[in-house]
Amino acid sequence: MNEGRSPAFYALAAFFGLFVLFLYGPMIVIFVLSFQGPTGGLTFPMNGVSLHWFQRLWEGGGIVDIAGAFRRSLALGLVVMVLTVVFSLTAGLAFRKRFFFSNILFFVTVASLIVPSIVTSLGIAIEFHVLDDVLKNYGPSWISDNLQTTMGQFTSGLGAHLTWTLPFGLLVMFAIFNRFDGRYEEAARDQGATPWQTLRYVVLPIVAPSVVGVGLFGFTLSWDEIARSSQTMGEHNTLPMELQALTTTVTNPDIYALGTTTTAVSFGVIAVALGSIAILRARQARHGSDAGQA
Amino acid sequence: MAETRAPLESPGLPGWLQATPFAAVFLLFFVLPLCFVITVSFWDYNDYEMIPAFTSRSYVESFEGCLTQLPDLCTMLKTYVSTAKFCAIVWALTLFIGFTVAYFLAFYVRSATTQMVLFLVCTIPFWTSNVIRMISWIPLLGRNGLVNQLLMSLHIVNAPVEWLLYSQFSVALAFVHLFTFFMVAPIFNSMMRIDRRLIEAAYDSGASTWQMLTNIIIPLSKPGIAIGSIFVVTIVMGDFITFSEMGGGQIASAGKVIATRLSALQFPPAAASAVILLVATMVIITVLNRIVDIRREL
Repeated sequence: MNEGRSPAFYALAAFFGLFVLFLYGPMIVIFVLSFQGPTGGLTFPMNGVSLHWFQRLWEGGGIVDIAGAFRRSLALGLVVMVLTVVFSLTAGLAFRKRFFFSNILFFVTVASLIVPSIVTSLGIAIEFHVLDDVLKNYGPSWISDNLQTTMGQFTSGLGAHLTWTLPFGLLVMFAIFNRFDGRYEEAARDQGATPWQTLRYVVLPIVAPSVVGVGLFGFTLSWDEIARSSQTMGEHNTLPMELQALTTTVTNPDIYALGTTTTAVSFGVIAVALGSIAILRARQARHGSDAGQA
Repeated sequence: MAETRAPLESPGLPGWLQATPFAAVFLLFFVLPLCFVITVSFWDYNDYEMIPAFTSRSYVESFEGCLTQLPDLCTMLKTYVSTAKFCAIVWALTLFIGFTVAYFLAFYVRSATTQMVLFLVCTIPFWTSNVIRMISWIPLLGRNGLVNQLLMSLHIVNAPVEWLLYSQFSVALAFVHLFTFFMVAPIFNSMMRIDRRLIEAAYDSGASTWQMLTNIIIPLSKPGIAIGSIFVVTIVMGDFITFSEMGGGQIASAGKVIATRLSALQFPPAAASAVILLVATMVIITVLNRIVDIRREL
């Protein structure tokens, strides 16, 4: 059906083009508007071009601790990324074998994607409230005397983010291992490699590019997460939470400057990840093996 | 963290051990919290705290008037009917757009590289912030936005159109904008697994493009369609951010009920509405799961 370019091709290509415009158009608009002149407003026309709103943003220009929120989100995103990669990889390896709770674990993982984020967030909040109460009333005095709350960015917040990033990580691992040629491992084993050597020198190099993809999901999903964060972050907000709070109050373009900044971070991470994948693939090809091409 | 190092160091570790860190996260931050939600939904409460005593108060209050007001709908039912309406509209739109995009990518793009690049183009926005993608409609749809400027300058309307932003329209638009990706990815995945020889055989037997679409491609894409549908429907059911950002505070939704009750720091009623939402979501998924075994299709 792909012999000549049919009229259907042009119609569908046009549809696809409009879809891409629909996806990126609004984003480009706020990108442009974030360079609005100092007297400009939330909509066109542009009153000159300036970095005024970015400057205001970094000076803190009336906005609550944006630099702090930026740092917190970055730190959390990196931790979530590392844990997502490690836990998804080990779980991905585990799912290649049978283990007694594999079916229930798969079910729970998919459920975590599907159960509304606000419900998970609420559950974690209640869990930590109950934990606080228990510790304050029954805990040893060195805990109960000084305890404010066990809730925080790297306790409840981290857990909440992982319930969102890990399912994607596992699904990517499934996609990798469903297409993985087990004969590479057999060959290694036949030549006397230990399981650890097989993993280290055969399996990991082949799956490395896709594992970078898991890390990409881990960071970007955490960086932009908001629904699960809403009840679980404790006293300090993450960047997307600050941004959402701003949308109801701010009436000048610094919100666009903030939007452009966070999107730039996302795009930077995406570029680094895609670049690493391309380099890893090229290296696999250069080393003359057909690894990863299966 | 000890468990994560172990499988790498000692040979041939059993699967259950390798899965332990992953499973522990879901036990601590998903399964247990859900148990707490269900338990607390049956607790009593006052203005300051929840009281661990069994009561169905939160449920009784949630469904207040649902029987007595009939045939009028009570607040809870009205909210669910409204949310279901959004689900249906967004589902239909994302399915149509997502299927068309996936169909183009899978069957009309010739080179594998172009295919990957174009698929990435569809994926990249998914890795950026939803809130930013929502506010990015403001300069387009606002009172003085580009669309209104255009309509006014063409003299199609005399006064700015008000329903473009902070309305049911903008909520639905934002959902489609944000979540069509959840349709594109699984449907594209299903389509890429269709054996191309089937298409060639159909072509050689003289099938038209339309016949190939309805007799081969759509039936074989069903798993992807079902998975995408589950994603989109559950997202809209549980959403509270898009509804409040794009609805201008006017539109109720099942997810927003929970958020509202939480902002009053009343855990039991919030938990009760969470359980109600969970049950509603589960009913939908059970129906969709009848159509397709999700795991087999990955």
